[in-house]
Amino acid sequence: MPPIVAAIRESRRALARLLTRIENNAAAAELAALYSFGGNAHLIGVTGAPGTGKSSLVNSMAKAYRAESKTVGILAVDPSSPFSGGAVLGDRIRMRDLHGDSGVFIRSMATRGYPGGIARTTIDMARALDAAGFDIVLIETAGAGQSEVEIASIAQTTIVVEAPGLGDDVQAIKAGILEIADILVVNKADRPGAESTVRALRAMLDFGRRAERVMHHGELMSIAAVPSGGEDSAWQTPIVQTIATNGTGVAELLTKIAEHRAYLQASGTQRLRERASLSAEIAERLRDLLLMRLIEQVGAAHLQAIVERVVARQIDPSSAAAQLLAESLQERRP
Amino acid sequence: MAERKIRVLIAKPGLDGHDRGAKVVARALRDAGMEVIYTGLRQTPEMIVEAALQEDVDVIGLSILSGAHMALVPRILELMKAHNLNDVKVVLGGIVPDEDIPILKQMGVSGIFGPGSDTQQIIEHIRKVVSLE
Repeated sequence: MPPIVAAIRESRRALARLLTRIENNAAAAELAALYSFGGNAHLIGVTGAPGTGKSSLVNSMAKAYRAESKTVGILAVDPSSPFSGGAVLGDRIRMRDLHGDSGVFIRSMATRGYPGGIARTTIDMARALDAAGFDIVLIETAGAGQSEVEIASIAQTTIVVEAPGLGDDVQAIKAGILEIADILVVNKADRPGAESTVRALRAMLDFGRRAERVMHHGELMSIAAVPSGGEDSAWQTPIVQTIATNGTGVAELLTKIAEHRAYLQASGTQRLRERASLSAEIAERLRDLLLMRLIEQVGAAHLQAIVERVVARQIDPSSAAAQLLAESLQERRP
Repeated sequence: MAERKIRVLIAKPGLDGHDRGAKVVARALRDAGMEVIYTGLRQTPEMIVEAALQEDVDVIGLSILSGAHMALVPRILELMKAHNLNDVKVVLGGIVPDEDIPILKQMGVSGIFGPGSDTQQIIEHIRKVVSLE
């Protein structure tokens, strides 16, 4: 076992330190060493609009998993300020029940300018928690709007949290965040309007399922590129009502999560999803590397000169990019 | 790529329920580009040190208005030592009588900011004591 894996399994301090290095893009060697020691944790994403009770739900889910003797790592994401780059990370306020339990590890992180409700490094932080041996990794996204669907490419099971009174039934049929839900939760189920929220979501699901069967008809491969939702002709997205602050409904939620995991494995969907998101990740990392290499090659000064020409409308952005690429390819030849 | 950010835990140990000052400071540090982990009211020393360890913060900022600082601060420093958080700085805000200040600094508190302190002073202090590699 590589020393870094032994260290993060042994020491919470070592794990915390590694997470910082990952967040600061200074842990490439460690990530390479620990990658093959992961793959055992169940990665669960919890997303939804601000104020729906995601943190409280994560808190009560973690407590319920601890009652099953499962260890839990939590990544709680909050937004960075687009102006100062700073952040106030407040998810721990709702997780104080978990204090003093060595089977729980909570880490707050800021989005640091990455769109989609998570940070660029969230996936690698989750891999570190996985390799550290946590049975469950809960990823709570920043309060998401309608199109922050990035979490579905990381999580094996994505939970979308709704609360009564946030929208009408037209909101429910809009595209976006509801489509990535493997499980829908209506939290604050004791509040007025919970029943009509459940009804609207149910109608949305019935509508969506019919459309899927027509479109995809048992063709899993052809839709493997879709991060989630579309391929599951057999999985019926359940709606679970919870009251996170007192734990009502959480046992049922955990049952549905376990059923979803069993479904993912039995149907082969997990493999398909993983392959799709990993190949997308490799492509993204390759893009980053190529861009860095190219900028190195053409030089910052030359790049700046081209930008100036685009600003002066002498050349359009697309032609500028093509020219830079052509130049870098020429330079590579002897 | 993303540069290193100063991470600060803001906590209110003890039983007083006044968190306005803590929130003002949290906001100011955010606007100064720091990442602030805000843990809320009525934190025990154990909770604070556990959070500081998991969050790998550079600074722990404590807000104490109850007058219990001479009991709470030594306990927190002791727990930090037990968990090897030797490089984490402690900053204290709230109501601290003048005669306690040298004693607290002797114990290892890096900065003490009483009522009426300018948030800019706190920001500058934190930037100075956190040595960024």
